[in-house]
Amino acid sequence: MSEPRRDILQVERGRAPVIAPGHTFATVTDKISSIVLTRKTPLYWLTPFLISCALLMVFLIAVSYLLVKGVGIWGIRVPVMWGWAITNFVWWIGIGHAGTLISAILLLLNQSWRNSINRFAEAMTLFAVASAGMFPLLHLGRPWLFYWLFPYPNTMGVQPQFRSPLVWDVFAVSTYGTVSLLFWFVGLIPDLATLRDRTRNRWAKATYGILAMGWRGAASHWQKYETASLLLAGLATPLVISVHTVVSFDFTVAIVPGWHSTIFPPYFVAGAIYSGFAMVLVLAIPLRAMYGLGDLITMRHLDNMAKVMLATGQIVAYSYLFEAFIGWYSANPYETYAIWNRLTGPYRWTYYGLIFCNLVFPQLLWWKKIRTNVIWLFVISLDILVGMWLERYVIIVVSLSRDFLPSSWALYWPTIWDVATYVGTIGLFFVLFFLFIRSLPMISIFEVRTLLPQAEVTEDAEK
Amino acid sequence: MKTPVYGLMAEFESPTALAAAAREVREKGYRRVEAYSPFPIEEVNEALGLHHNRLPMLVLMGGILGGLTGYLMQYYLAVVDFPINVGGRPLHSWPSFIIITFELTILFAALTTVLGLLGLCGLPMPYHPVFNVPRFALASRDRFFLCIESRDPLFDRHDTAEFLTSLDPREVCEVAH
Repeated sequence: MSEPRRDILQVERGRAPVIAPGHTFATVTDKISSIVLTRKTPLYWLTPFLISCALLMVFLIAVSYLLVKGVGIWGIRVPVMWGWAITNFVWWIGIGHAGTLISAILLLLNQSWRNSINRFAEAMTLFAVASAGMFPLLHLGRPWLFYWLFPYPNTMGVQPQFRSPLVWDVFAVSTYGTVSLLFWFVGLIPDLATLRDRTRNRWAKATYGILAMGWRGAASHWQKYETASLLLAGLATPLVISVHTVVSFDFTVAIVPGWHSTIFPPYFVAGAIYSGFAMVLVLAIPLRAMYGLGDLITMRHLDNMAKVMLATGQIVAYSYLFEAFIGWYSANPYETYAIWNRLTGPYRWTYYGLIFCNLVFPQLLWWKKIRTNVIWLFVISLDILVGMWLERYVIIVVSLSRDFLPSSWALYWPTIWDVATYVGTIGLFFVLFFLFIRSLPMISIFEVRTLLPQAEVTEDAEK
Repeated sequence: MKTPVYGLMAEFESPTALAAAAREVREKGYRRVEAYSPFPIEEVNEALGLHHNRLPMLVLMGGILGGLTGYLMQYYLAVVDFPINVGGRPLHSWPSFIIITFELTILFAALTTVLGLLGLCGLPMPYHPVFNVPRFALASRDRFFLCIESRDPLFDRHDTAEFLTSLDPREVCEVAH
């Protein structure tokens, strides 16, 4: 335990430390908890929050109209019945993956630099899954009957079809949402206790007290707590890999040209982590500037995340190249045409856009100067988010619009309601996220404490 | 016969001091001892002899139960309760049952982890005597506490307090019930 701590706090030449020097247990506690425990709601919180609320209203209007009229208000027509809804679903679910990766996989790999970014990354996961879940739910057509997706004894005498990837998806996404919530909440318990002990407001004390459930930091509890964290991390790791794998099965199990490919599971998982880290950076860069958290979320974090994006970006690039290669090598005229259609068909601009956004532009991350420049990182992250959305659009819309039979080909265009629902979920995501940073510590306080040099038990001081 | 106090609590300023004190308290023969700290400290666990933990076994059981539930549910529904012939494929098409089996294994194991953690720690706990010490609020910030409980057979209000004071704490105080 003490080895990596000494290691990461060592200030190497030209490399930012994980936590700026000079902090003590008290200062990190006060700094992080004071963001929550203040009567003043800062303007830089209120303004984006109100904008997000406006977008959320757009979402509510779009959903209300959808419930009245049905999914026909969207641009989905035969043969492109998945359209923007499933594009957005896959995009949002993918974004969530970075949170679980940071909290689970980096914990198992003993990457303690994750300690100051895992909390809000996990929150991002939860809210991204919530936004993602809206789309398949609304796309059902009769969302109020969503419980028909689960096996339960019913008077209709029917049951879900377990050979269908769509049912696998229901289980994968709902398990993912539940486990992410549990992981996030368990991580919060010690910090909720801190807030309970620090707040002077009676109502806040009662609320945090109920949520902290009487946590008192006993050694016998910490010991079980650490075991539980590791167990949850060990469970969440295969889970997060499986979720986007199962999402990719929605495509690969079908025989549509451009979908029926064994490369999809790893390609989807890499793409998910790619877009997820981009979203973490998009959130982290303004947050650390707004709340002055540059000494806890240091350049080292941003640099490391940029490196993860670079690595997963190369996997994604390889997948694109290999997909095109297989289109030719398979000698299957439909597969060949699917690739040819992407390159030269009516939607070719989306394909070129995705190649530019995901393959070309992020190559700038090879330069350290770019990786340590917050403006460039922010722009590249936004670009990756756009690119990953285009990737899902290309896979879904372009493949469906032209499959085997030219007589059933048709072009797809989104309607204003597609746009409203999509933009609306961005509002939903940010409303939840801003509420989170106002009411809960956005950085894990107790895990940051363990990073401090004082946290180490020194043997020579023994009496 | 209930002792008038829950125990005696000493406050320390660093994890090193807490670990050293915990070691000495154990060596002295006290067994009903609990340490409180703002973050997990491995050395304190060692000093207090906290090794065993039933949680992994519980989680294994939970996972196995989840896997069995997932597979048997699908088998029963697809083969017995609602058999549908899809293109002549076997009703018991086990490869397509793997995913939900896996998901339910993870789900049950994760739920067992959290409920097991709360259960083994005795949480939620609405009242606990240690919170009667006003300075204990700092246990979730930057202070480290060691409490010898009055249930301990060696506990003596006077002698134990003296012994704790000899460990060079910042303060020693009684914990009311």
